[in-house]
Amino acid sequence: MPVTAPPTTPADVSALPVAAPAVSLRGAKVSFGDRTLWDGLDLDVAPGEFVTVLGPNGSGKTTLVRVLLGLVPLTAGEVRIAGRPPRRGSPSIGYVPQQKALDPDLPLRGRDLVGLGLDGHRFGIGFRGRRERRERVEAALAAVGGTAYADAPVGRLSGGEQQRLRVAQALVGGPDVLLCDEPLLSLDLSHQRTVTRLIDERRRAAGTAVLFVTHEINPVLPYVDRVLYLVGGRFRIGPPEEVMTSEVLSELYGTHVDVLRVRGRLVVVGAEDHGEHCHEESA
Amino acid sequence: MSDLLGELFSFEGLGELLAVPFVQAALLACAVLGLIAGVLAPLIVSRGMSFAVHGTAELSFTGGAAALLAGIGVQYGAVAGAIVASVVFGVLGLRQRERDAVIGVVLAFGLGLGVLLLSLYDGRASNKFGLLYGSPVAVDTADVTVLGVVTVLVAATLAVLYRPLLFASTDPDVALARGVPVRALSIVFAVLVGLTTALVVPIVGAILVLTVMITPGAAAARVTANPLLATVLAVAFAETALLGGIVLSLAPGQPVSGYVALIAFLIYVACRAIGSRRRRPVAA
Repeated sequence: MPVTAPPTTPADVSALPVAAPAVSLRGAKVSFGDRTLWDGLDLDVAPGEFVTVLGPNGSGKTTLVRVLLGLVPLTAGEVRIAGRPPRRGSPSIGYVPQQKALDPDLPLRGRDLVGLGLDGHRFGIGFRGRRERRERVEAALAAVGGTAYADAPVGRLSGGEQQRLRVAQALVGGPDVLLCDEPLLSLDLSHQRTVTRLIDERRRAAGTAVLFVTHEINPVLPYVDRVLYLVGGRFRIGPPEEVMTSEVLSELYGTHVDVLRVRGRLVVVGAEDHGEHCHEESA
Repeated sequence: MSDLLGELFSFEGLGELLAVPFVQAALLACAVLGLIAGVLAPLIVSRGMSFAVHGTAELSFTGGAAALLAGIGVQYGAVAGAIVASVVFGVLGLRQRERDAVIGVVLAFGLGLGVLLLSLYDGRASNKFGLLYGSPVAVDTADVTVLGVVTVLVAATLAVLYRPLLFASTDPDVALARGVPVRALSIVFAVLVGLTTALVVPIVGAILVLTVMITPGAAAARVTANPLLATVLAVAFAETALLGGIVLSLAPGQPVSGYVALIAFLIYVACRAIGSRRRRPVAA
């Protein structure tokens, strides 16, 4: 039951020339067996647009990311990334995963992690273009402020440092679309801000479209152009002030939900899975 | 005490021993083995596959014992056992918790079966224990040929697959998202490990395979996080342990695997000591 708000043009990218959408979904449907995650999903993400994907666990947020990565086919409908069907290893896509603990003795430095984002999926030894490769990795590291710890073992870096490197790893190939799957999870507030700011800077500077999956909208709220809110097969797309309302979320959840504004932050009360809104950040 | 040391460490007539053809064949075989084992070791450590390698070695022993009983060449049985084991472990993928228990179960069964097969065999005892404890003297020209072929195969595969393999080994989630065939690579890598293990088993023995396949990689990972440097160091460590082990074992006439294990362990301890000094405090 899609309730689609008219696509809005974000103010900050209206100066850009009208370009083909970076991500385009038409009548998209994914089902596993007889369980349908979502159906009839129409979404165009413009270059430079910041779209946040929200919803409770199991609503198909991560599956949407996997569709765009070319790892899960649509059951019905059509999907395009920069005008082409998604495929594994597409240079059009950068991917930022959630932070997870790495072995402190993993023989891998920050610069290796970033380098793998550039050509880790390619076969062959790759002796050609070493110099250009090094320069690109160096530039990506500098852009996230990671040069200082580029030679440290990644497993010994803090979660925030690791996520900065993840952003560099995702952006080093110059993608059209940046897919972020819960990249702020388990980061403290200041690192959440830093990582979000880095992503925001890039989409403004390079017109990279951002699809940002999260269960916690507040850290990204100042940057979000539109929200895709998924709940149990229902969804709503629109600017945060249109979607993040008691009325819309109550309709989506099929139960009474209150959306409160507390000192510039959104607090959702009544939707299970949203208890985190309150205590997550104090952790 | 000095008698004991004299029995363990002696260099009497080492010069003449080094000139003996089968000793030279053994040295050559070990030099080649050290190269591939050293290249694989950091990847094995990155993937957390130490236990899988141990399991592969034990099943290689089972295969060898079965071949011995059947009257086929031991090395064919060893290779077959190692490949079967490595493919099974490779299919299990990267999920550590699930994998550990399965390896333990399969390893214990394989070892028990191998012991039974050996006791049924009534040939020479040296054949029996060669697989468990290893003996570089067992290397003959046919083995060197097999070794050469397998080495070229492993090296060529690694050259083509190295980057995606490193990606899949160190950063599997993002590698998968970037389209790296993580699962297929996991199986290919397991086969490479299986082949190499099968070649190492007759030389250092099934019980001490880890000394060549893991210790050099674990030692290198303590002192550097640079994957290329870690590989170079692991090769150097594996060569030192293998060749040094043979040279030390010649004059005393003691089992070579003990010396290999000793050298590898000392290298590891030294690397840990060096590594603990470069420890970077976790930044806030």
